[in-house]
Amino acid sequence: MHRFANPARFLRIANVILPWSAGLTVVLLVVGLAWSLFVSPPDYQQGESVRIMYVHVPSAWMGLFAYAVMAVASAVALIWKHPLADLSAKASAPVGAAFTFICLVTGSLWGKPMWGTYWVWDARLTSMLILLFLYLGYMALVNAFDDPGRGAKAAAILALVGVVNLPIIKFSVDWWNTLHQPASVIKMGGPAISAGMLIPLLIMGLAFKAFYVTILLVRVRTEIASAKVRAIRLTQVHG
Amino acid sequence: MDTLLDQLAMGGYAGFVWPSYGVTAVALLALAVGSVRAMRAREAELRDLQASFGDRRTAALKADAAHDP
Repeated sequence: MHRFANPARFLRIANVILPWSAGLTVVLLVVGLAWSLFVSPPDYQQGESVRIMYVHVPSAWMGLFAYAVMAVASAVALIWKHPLADLSAKASAPVGAAFTFICLVTGSLWGKPMWGTYWVWDARLTSMLILLFLYLGYMALVNAFDDPGRGAKAAAILALVGVVNLPIIKFSVDWWNTLHQPASVIKMGGPAISAGMLIPLLIMGLAFKAFYVTILLVRVRTEIASAKVRAIRLTQVHG
Repeated sequence: MDTLLDQLAMGGYAGFVWPSYGVTAVALLALAVGSVRAMRAREAELRDLQASFGDRRTAALKADAAHDP
């Protein structure tokens, strides 16, 4: 891992990956959207409204995944003080926040016709809303100090404390009564969802994953450039 | 054409399905455009700084060399 902590080497690798991940995102999105909207079958109970699932569920996965990345990077930054770890955690937060926001809005739009309400304060929905607030809190905190190092440290601690929310979100549908349906893809005994729906769902999941990788690399590059700009300005002031 | 219009109507759920995809598209596009723009702006700033910083350093070196006999 230490070899990738060198910004120059990271930039070289990132620039090789970037065009591929961006291209993959576009291809997977085109195929996934066509399949989700027009090819996949309507649900026998939910009719065409089930198509909301193809953006709702992958964005929920990515909301959780981006937080896990942010938390691991924060832990690496706190323990080993890798400069790139801080930058990666900071770069992951807005992407995860966007996916969590999409998950909440599309879930609300799905809830209205299926449950009869846009919102209910049950465990799954509330813990997902807390995830969004954790992201927003992290993003506010990381930029709240004049010294970016102090901001990164405070935000990293917040990110690690917030990890407790991830299993709560995952298991909320089993632990408490909820309107939200239980897990149907990642469960014991295999997915409880037909292949006609599972395949486009997984394609959309991969598309969002490729999008995440692309934006993360772009944002880490931005953070590296920012750090260099700051360093040069400091030498100008003091030198 | 009718089947396409039927599909766009989403079995009466058009008012929920299309806004879901719309919100997703707008949010992801905004994030992508914002991220790329920020990267370009920051890397351009860095290039300008490095250029002017480099110029000044060479100028200082030349000035030093001129003072030396």
